[in-house]
Amino acid sequence: MSDHEYTPSSKFGKWFNDRLPLLTLANHLTDYPTPKNLNYWWTFGGILTFCLITQIVTGLVLAMHYIAHADMAFSSVEHIMRDVNYGWLLRYVHANGASMFFLAVYIHIFRSLFYGSYKSPREIIWILGIIIYLLMMAAAFMGYVLPWGQMSFWGATVITNLFSAIPLVGESITTWLWGGYSVDNPTLTRFFTLHYLIPFLILGLVVLHIWALHVPGNNNPVGIDIKKPSKDTVPFHPYIVIKDAFALLMFCIVFALFVFYQPNILGHADNYIEADPLVTPAHIVPEWYLLPFYAILRSVPDKLMGVVAMLSAILILAALPWLDTSKVRSAVFRPLFRQFYWILVADVLILGYVGAMPAEGLYLLIARVATAYYFAHFLIILPVLGWKEKTTPLPLSITEPVLGGSPNLAAARSDEKIEKTIK
Amino acid sequence: MRKLKNIFFVLIFSVIVLNSSNSAEKSPPFLETKWTFKGLFGKFDRASLQRGYQVYTEVCASCHSMKYLTYRNLAEKGGPEFSEAEAKAIAASFEVTDGPDSTGEMFVRPAKLSDKFVMPYANEQEAKAANGGAYPPDMSVLVKARKGGADYIYSLLLGYSEPPEGEELDDGVYYNKFMYGNKIKMPAPLSDDLIEYTDGTKATAEQMSKDVTNFLMWSAEPHLEQRHKTGFRVIAYLIILTVLVYFTMKKIWSRVESKV
Repeated sequence: MSDHEYTPSSKFGKWFNDRLPLLTLANHLTDYPTPKNLNYWWTFGGILTFCLITQIVTGLVLAMHYIAHADMAFSSVEHIMRDVNYGWLLRYVHANGASMFFLAVYIHIFRSLFYGSYKSPREIIWILGIIIYLLMMAAAFMGYVLPWGQMSFWGATVITNLFSAIPLVGESITTWLWGGYSVDNPTLTRFFTLHYLIPFLILGLVVLHIWALHVPGNNNPVGIDIKKPSKDTVPFHPYIVIKDAFALLMFCIVFALFVFYQPNILGHADNYIEADPLVTPAHIVPEWYLLPFYAILRSVPDKLMGVVAMLSAILILAALPWLDTSKVRSAVFRPLFRQFYWILVADVLILGYVGAMPAEGLYLLIARVATAYYFAHFLIILPVLGWKEKTTPLPLSITEPVLGGSPNLAAARSDEKIEKTIK
Repeated sequence: MRKLKNIFFVLIFSVIVLNSSNSAEKSPPFLETKWTFKGLFGKFDRASLQRGYQVYTEVCASCHSMKYLTYRNLAEKGGPEFSEAEAKAIAASFEVTDGPDSTGEMFVRPAKLSDKFVMPYANEQEAKAANGGAYPPDMSVLVKARKGGADYIYSLLLGYSEPPEGEELDDGVYYNKFMYGNKIKMPAPLSDDLIEYTDGTKATAEQMSKDVTNFLMWSAEPHLEQRHKTGFRVIAYLIILTVLVYFTMKKIWSRVESKV
């Protein structure tokens, strides 16, 4: 929070602000001291906010034309694509927007993992983020069901069936979720309702996420605590605003390329076939952003344990601030962690890849090894690294390595090198 | 560390390459043809769309419905762009059941521009019964509903041949090297000079396959031309704005000694 008290200049402003301190909030947001060494990996927070707003706005208009009924959903989507003014644009932005949202969130999460942003005092920001991520997956999954294509229907069947793995009450829970004895019209209508609700829950959590961020302030690539405000910080406006805007525009160009030139490349062709409960598609695969978890699910032979493994894979992230025992935040000063970080990135990519392949033979073996490694990274490697690893010396402030002439010049250089390699 | 990273990328890359060569063994690569609708400014070949409609209506429509299309679409911008009179004449050549009228009776009348394409069968059961148990899929969005899209449809139409030595096929099942599992219940639908094009183009199997695939691509993506046009403008605008914002950012950040 800003250190100085803010007083509006106008009389009315003062009167209003004494009753509802919106102007104080606005002043806090513009003045908010931000580390000046934030790199472009830090722009994804703003990009994600943009993604959320885009999804909500396009979703609202789509909901005006969409009909949540098993007999009409598919044709109402075709109606949007053909007859609604710019319906094709709205739908392609919304559908590809989901993918872009996940692309951004994965970058955001892996940025946090690299620079140790989840560590004290930012654990609550991190945990709120994990909850947002979970809700995003729920919203995306239910959204994918709404067009009522083959992959919608069978994806919904596979995922809801997972609940039947719960001992004793599993079957009843599944029936309750479906509102019947299979995925059908009641399932579709409730998924539509929830798909409409969840983004607003996410919006609320995003507010908390940002609020929690503004208490300790941003982490930064060097990962050390900095004095705020000081010569290490810049006010959020205009410095960070313009930088975020630049990054957002670059992101939008990629987004637009998908929407206008490859709008269906991230989807599955089978979803343009209307749902048919009597015909099962050859391969049921979720959207790309859920594939790593799908691979984990299928790599465990037992259904219940598979579900447990899949859920743990996400929930383990919530425990990360306590699993990572290292006092040093940024990977820039952790030579060993850095290597394991990149192995983890590769591991998750491999999981995503095998998740799209049939669960048999070599693919299954790779999925099992990668799943085991995923858990080992968090449960064994990180705790052990914390006290085994010899970290490189930390600079005293972020200006110091930038200006040079300090004993930590090497650290500054390695920071630059890392940034170059990850770009 | 760099070495380590290179190793993963080589690993991932090799898995992808291996896999794509694997799947290539299963189904042969699609037949090559040039599509005018691909690319940054891709547009449909208007004459080909009109011929494609002729192929659809004279050949495919006897089994395949196109239930999301309306006769007015045939005259709309970005499509085959028949004149309104032509589209009206096309519609009028079909009969639809309407009603009830003021006496409570259903009646038959010629189709209008606002009517959906008339379906060949009353329902799915009738369609299956007439086609040896196989349901001829609705073709409105068929191109988007098949992996490989237009290339796949085009190749499939030309992919019929005798089954390989030693493979026995049941009655009513045909061999097609592009079909999943190589067995298809649709007999080869197109052969040279099956129809006579009104514009005088020679109706070879390749020509008809290409025309009808063009038509199906349009029916699946009727706003493709507008999408490409808008897309180019949007991206051009974004690039210009990005450049301007970049220089603004450089200027603003020049006040502090830190690079962006």
